[in-house]
Amino acid sequence: MSDTATLEVGATKAKKPKQITVVQALNAAIDEAMAADEGVILLGEDVGAKQGGGVFKVSSGLSEKYGDHRIRATPISEQAIMGACVGAALAGMRPIAEIMLMNFVTVAMDQIVNHAAKLRFMSGGQTNVPMVIRTTTGVGVGFGGQHSDMLEAWFAHVPGLKIVTPSNAADAKGLMRSAIECNDPVIFIENILCYGLKSDDPGADYRVPLGKASVAREGSDVSLITYGRTVLDALEVAETLAAEGVSVEVIDLRSIAPYDEATVTASVRKTGRAVVLHEAVRAYGTGAEIASRLNESLFNELKAPVQRIGGAFSAVPMASVLEQAWIPKKDEIADAIRTTMEWKR
Amino acid sequence: MTAITPIDREKLLDIYKRTMKVARFDEKMRSLLMSGKLATIYYTMRGQELVTSAMMAALNQDDYLVTTYRGQHDQIAKGVPLDLLIAEIAGRATGTCKGKGGSMHITHPATGVMVTTGVVGSGLPIANGLALSSQNRKDGKVTVTCFGDGATNIGAFHEAMNMAQLYKLPVIFFCQNNRYGEHTAFADHTKVDSIVTRAAAYGMKGVKVDGNDAVAMYQVAKEAVDRARAGEGPTLIEAMCYRMMGHFFGADFSYMPPEHIEEMKAEDPLPKLNALMLEHQFPQDQLDAIVAGLEAELEAAVEFAFASAYPDADEIRKDVFEEEIAA
Repeated sequence: MSDTATLEVGATKAKKPKQITVVQALNAAIDEAMAADEGVILLGEDVGAKQGGGVFKVSSGLSEKYGDHRIRATPISEQAIMGACVGAALAGMRPIAEIMLMNFVTVAMDQIVNHAAKLRFMSGGQTNVPMVIRTTTGVGVGFGGQHSDMLEAWFAHVPGLKIVTPSNAADAKGLMRSAIECNDPVIFIENILCYGLKSDDPGADYRVPLGKASVAREGSDVSLITYGRTVLDALEVAETLAAEGVSVEVIDLRSIAPYDEATVTASVRKTGRAVVLHEAVRAYGTGAEIASRLNESLFNELKAPVQRIGGAFSAVPMASVLEQAWIPKKDEIADAIRTTMEWKR
Repeated sequence: MTAITPIDREKLLDIYKRTMKVARFDEKMRSLLMSGKLATIYYTMRGQELVTSAMMAALNQDDYLVTTYRGQHDQIAKGVPLDLLIAEIAGRATGTCKGKGGSMHITHPATGVMVTTGVVGSGLPIANGLALSSQNRKDGKVTVTCFGDGATNIGAFHEAMNMAQLYKLPVIFFCQNNRYGEHTAFADHTKVDSIVTRAAAYGMKGVKVDGNDAVAMYQVAKEAVDRARAGEGPTLIEAMCYRMMGHFFGADFSYMPPEHIEEMKAEDPLPKLNALMLEHQFPQDQLDAIVAGLEAELEAAVEFAFASAYPDADEIRKDVFEEEIAA
């Protein structure tokens, strides 16, 4: 490479938007929301400067900027964290509860399911609970059975909750801002393995609407519907299958609930084939709901039964060899797509 | 028990009015249920009319309240209008919650009643959040959360007490120790003699008081409210009282030993309060006139409730989220 060429590359780079990681995107979205609205507060374990800005550093620098009354480092008390956020939300604030890992959310289920989700309805609309429950999880780092689960289907079953999960930094930023501004409780699922992923910085005050899926890759033969970390696998598999002459459309739901029926139905109407993929356990997962909805709306147009791929029916194992056996694999995804392509009525 | 100092007659009269409003309401509800005019789950607060009235008399209308399914006395004493309350219990569209909550989920922000929970102990962590909002906003409000002795053995109690003291929140944990957690006597569910001893475990101020003593109960309530408002932190109040009937209306309470029943009859707050009023030179006919006025208000409220329409079926699509669910 000549000096001139290097200079040109440098010049092009300068014009490109800055790249940010998922952690930086989340931090920026919370920072912007806190600057815009005094009512935005964050409660969670280890989230203050004294504790290093959170285990995954998402709240890094915020307590220095907004003070300990708005960034509240809590005891290890998930029920108390969740309840405090429900109460503050009832009073009109916009609290964010940081629950370090999704499995620990189970400790606070009563506050989420019986209170956050239902108070608007049970009060006849007199009160509402504008709060965000931020949590993270992920299979593939050897954290084992109590630090890895994706439990989104449990929450999707509860009327009154919205559930989102980003697959990239730009969506992380835009979804977080929308979640904080939502007047109802939103469960925001992060993935440990995605924290370092980079996207172009979408800039200040960027928002991604809740309930709106994105077409991550256009295609015409099969719709591969997924969300969160497995969007990355889906895009890789789509690339592999393109070489075989199969055109895969990848839908990133972004919001699990509300479900973007319009985008998914339009895609499957076009392709006639669908595969649903998630990291959560396959049995009784959100894939079953999506497959069922597609059957209800497109039964006569489907060229093959909807295929479902998800985690194995066991606790997430620790040993790497077992963890890799547990997790949905790219081969499995490709095979499921081929199954739909080769289906004979 | 704290030393008793006199309270002014106006405040005593206020407590009397609240207490009798609760008492007349409860009697009316039980008669509607007995006669079959109303069919619903109802947790009578017979015996706990005074304890809550003295607490609520120490609060402002815009202070927050979080209570439980056995909380109609708390709501009435806090000021929830009887007509909206009874309409809600009767499942009418004109009720506080459009008939969508019922007696276990009464909400009325206009009088500060933010949550009524049907889950034992769940109100305490939520009360912390309301108090935290007041602390951040410096709005001067105090939050009271009511619960029974039975709620003090669930994890949420421990988590909430610790967090409240840690942050010095303007919240009052108001335990109406009615000596039974559902069907289980206090001594059979808790090994310490008093709930209030637990306050020490959180570095919190704790006060035990005879809840059926209007003057003592008010003094303790007032002091806790003043402390909270002054930013001095939370208080655990253990107010001793009796649940004079079963867990819910119609439930058997033969498990209560006869000596306990005798003891609670002797401590019935209603005759005790009446005697106190006479002692403070309120003539009986003035008290009777107050009760007659309450009766009239109650009759009108019942009439309003029963004349009200039931909610429309499409209400199930409303208030799930801010936006309506598509039909």
